[in-house]
Amino acid sequence: MTTAEPPPGEARIIPLARPARRAAAAARSGAARPVTSPGPADGPGRDETAPTKHPTGASSAQEAPAPARQDPAPSAGSTTAKGATTRRAATKSGSRPGTGRQTSARQTSARQASLRQASAEPAAAEPVAAKPLVAKPSAAKSGAAKARTDKPGSDTPGTGEPSAAEPGTGKPATGKPVTDKSATGQAAGVRAGRSGTGQGRSSARARATPQPEQPEDRAERLLGRAAGQLRGDEVTPDEDDVTGGPAGEAPAAPMAQPAGLERALAGMLAFLRRRITGDYEVDELGFDADLTEHVVAPLLRPVYRNYFRVETRGLENVPDTGGALVVANHSGTLPIDALMTAVALLDHHPSHRYLRMLAADLVFSLPFIAPIARKTGNTMACQPDAERLLGKGELVGVWPEGFKGVGKPFSERYKLQRFGRGGFVSAALRTGVRIIPCTIVGAEEIYPMLGNAKAVARLLGLPYFPLTPTFPWFGALGMIPLPSKWLIEFGEPVETASLTPAAAEDPMLVFELTDRIRETIQHTLYGLLMQRRSVFF
Amino acid sequence: MKHGRVLVTGVSRPLGADVARALAASPSVETVIGVDTVPPSDDLGRTKFVRADIRNPLIAKVITTAEIDTVLHLNLIANPVAAGGRTAMKEINVIGTMQLLAACQKSDTVSRLVVRSTTTIYGSSPRDPALFTEDMEPRSLPRGGYGKDAVEVEGYVRGFSRRRPDIAVTVLRFANILGPGVDSPLARYFEFPVVPTVLGFDPRIQLLHSSDALAVLLRAAAGGHAGTFNVAGDGILLLSQAIRRAGRPPVPVPFPAVSSLSRLASRMRIVDFPPEQVGFLAHGRAVDTTRLREVFGYTPRYTTAAAFDSFVRERGLHPTIDPERVVAAERALLGLLARRRLVSAS
Repeated sequence: MTTAEPPPGEARIIPLARPARRAAAAARSGAARPVTSPGPADGPGRDETAPTKHPTGASSAQEAPAPARQDPAPSAGSTTAKGATTRRAATKSGSRPGTGRQTSARQTSARQASLRQASAEPAAAEPVAAKPLVAKPSAAKSGAAKARTDKPGSDTPGTGEPSAAEPGTGKPATGKPVTDKSATGQAAGVRAGRSGTGQGRSSARARATPQPEQPEDRAERLLGRAAGQLRGDEVTPDEDDVTGGPAGEAPAAPMAQPAGLERALAGMLAFLRRRITGDYEVDELGFDADLTEHVVAPLLRPVYRNYFRVETRGLENVPDTGGALVVANHSGTLPIDALMTAVALLDHHPSHRYLRMLAADLVFSLPFIAPIARKTGNTMACQPDAERLLGKGELVGVWPEGFKGVGKPFSERYKLQRFGRGGFVSAALRTGVRIIPCTIVGAEEIYPMLGNAKAVARLLGLPYFPLTPTFPWFGALGMIPLPSKWLIEFGEPVETASLTPAAAEDPMLVFELTDRIRETIQHTLYGLLMQRRSVFF
Repeated sequence: MKHGRVLVTGVSRPLGADVARALAASPSVETVIGVDTVPPSDDLGRTKFVRADIRNPLIAKVITTAEIDTVLHLNLIANPVAAGGRTAMKEINVIGTMQLLAACQKSDTVSRLVVRSTTTIYGSSPRDPALFTEDMEPRSLPRGGYGKDAVEVEGYVRGFSRRRPDIAVTVLRFANILGPGVDSPLARYFEFPVVPTVLGFDPRIQLLHSSDALAVLLRAAAGGHAGTFNVAGDGILLLSQAIRRAGRPPVPVPFPAVSSLSRLASRMRIVDFPPEQVGFLAHGRAVDTTRLREVFGYTPRYTTAAAFDSFVRERGLHPTIDPERVVAAERALLGLLARRRLVSAS
């Protein structure tokens, strides 16, 4: 294997993927035991790493895992080459029933070596990593495999193994296409027979992990979703190609979990490394997509899904690409409605759009809140920023009621306040994007604001200080919102393309459009409230 | 327009010296006259150095006798310690500019004036738009120090260009310059073993590599467009991200304590981070460079991130947190995971 170590950026997932495959092979060959029991026929196959030529017959399989501590640690230089070969030894020694006493010590030592390598192994280039996967099951399982695996019999494990035994180089590779099928066929049969058991799970784990060519970020998307659940599109279509097994051979659902966990951990480590070394992109407004997708969204997702049980409608009204302005009603004392709208668009819109929200300037003067607001893609509500984002083709969210809306008393719930000064309409007119009215039901009830401690608010420099049934009486506990049932509906877009940017200079037109959008949202609000059975269900 | 006889102010500091040297090496430049209060430390080629204080009318004599046609005014000092105190700094920055402009106004030969300014004039406040364009007013004017000087300088330059509309005036607002030879407060700031930050804030910063600053100045001297231009590398870095890239551990300090800390640090001559710049550490600043690219016709070769990385490399900053160790730790943990799973699988 002449694999120079690739830059870490390209092969991050490899150290994970390879051991996974190894385990799969182990599991699969282990699984093969009761059904096919290749027994003595496999003896020579084992020889490639176990120098003892005796095709030792039936002996207790339990001996195999006994570790041989004196085994010398492999030198780092030969790791990739050895890793590949000893891996094969590992698969066999872990699973083969016909392991003799004499060989077992050596085999296990080989396994130990491979284990150690697994940890020390530098990431190897992709093709290398890919091949053993295909070759391995066949070697482990089929009689045909014997023919090609018996040749490097004299190799000693633990010392630098020649690369002749490498899967993917020279001869062994030639037998592959034939042996593959039988191997996987067997494995499939076995798996079908014993799906749901521990071994079966690990075979599935391997099936889920074996795309070395898969870009790292995909794994990380998985990680991002792990907190919630996998999106439909995360199921990788090429899984079956890699194992060569028939589709649907084994129920994937109960098996997928370890892979997800494993990958999530790897993704998390990669994420941590990026954070520690500062190796991530931030756009000029300070939007940190890496952080948003991997930390903020996973935190908000359970709130969206399980706490408020948000039901989102009309996502087809939000364009897949290009700029658009989402205009929504504001309520709830704290702007949680804005966060939920952003989650709705990120998770449930077909093109997973980020909502870049325009926030009040107060947000950007609060410590801790200000940086996180910027990093999640929000910016201050002002014409230049709005036009900049819309001009860049971003999806911009605006809550024109502002503090008047979010901080209105509970008695005025679902009554829209004045829609600002119509600045959002002129921004949309200047950039020629459509305006999407958005109606949010349920946010009004999360913190019923019964009173407003104006003196405290003035003291703290806040626009209002809410008094709810729980806050501030129960302190921080009082800040837990009530679990109302939410509905978010994106309405029919209002086209502005027919109007010229000069229309933004026509106050009458701007006011008229503003009012029209406000009326639309108000009517949708009434409609949704009629449909709602109860506040909480 | 042919530029033959160039006057450069502030040649004793790195950027001015670089510009003078580059101009001296250029065959289309007939004479380069460098002016500063202290002699330059390094060789400036065929630049003629005139030790003159631009605060007194002597400068007018230099311009007249040498028949200067292009004036590059780079003598804007950001660092009070370098100038010998805040009063001297303000004298040099503001009074010096006034004298220089007065001399230019009387001159018959000067046809081009290039003034170095700074993006600090936009201030730093939570109410700032994400990116400042050249014609935006700052939300909060800089209250003191460098930024205030720059605002005043630009005011005088505007007045000058009203009085002498025949002279092409280019004002270049540079973002924080980092580079091999640059010794700015920001550069020193990143050289601390631990970097103090403002607790609860993470500003966006924008940087300019010194080679880009040089290129822009030379282009302006050679007859770039008149007008005001923001000059900064593309993109931004978050302060936290920059600190991480430098491998430094940040030490968050509560906002009220930051100014006193910075005052203490300046007094002890550890770092000269003017207290009025603390706003920058909390709210940051970023500018729009569209006009630079489209009107002035220059695209910085270094993005902000590239400028910072090259600064870290060229300065040989030894990261306190070594990225290679981080990568190694990640690998080790992954290996551990794999081992654990392999053991449980077998």
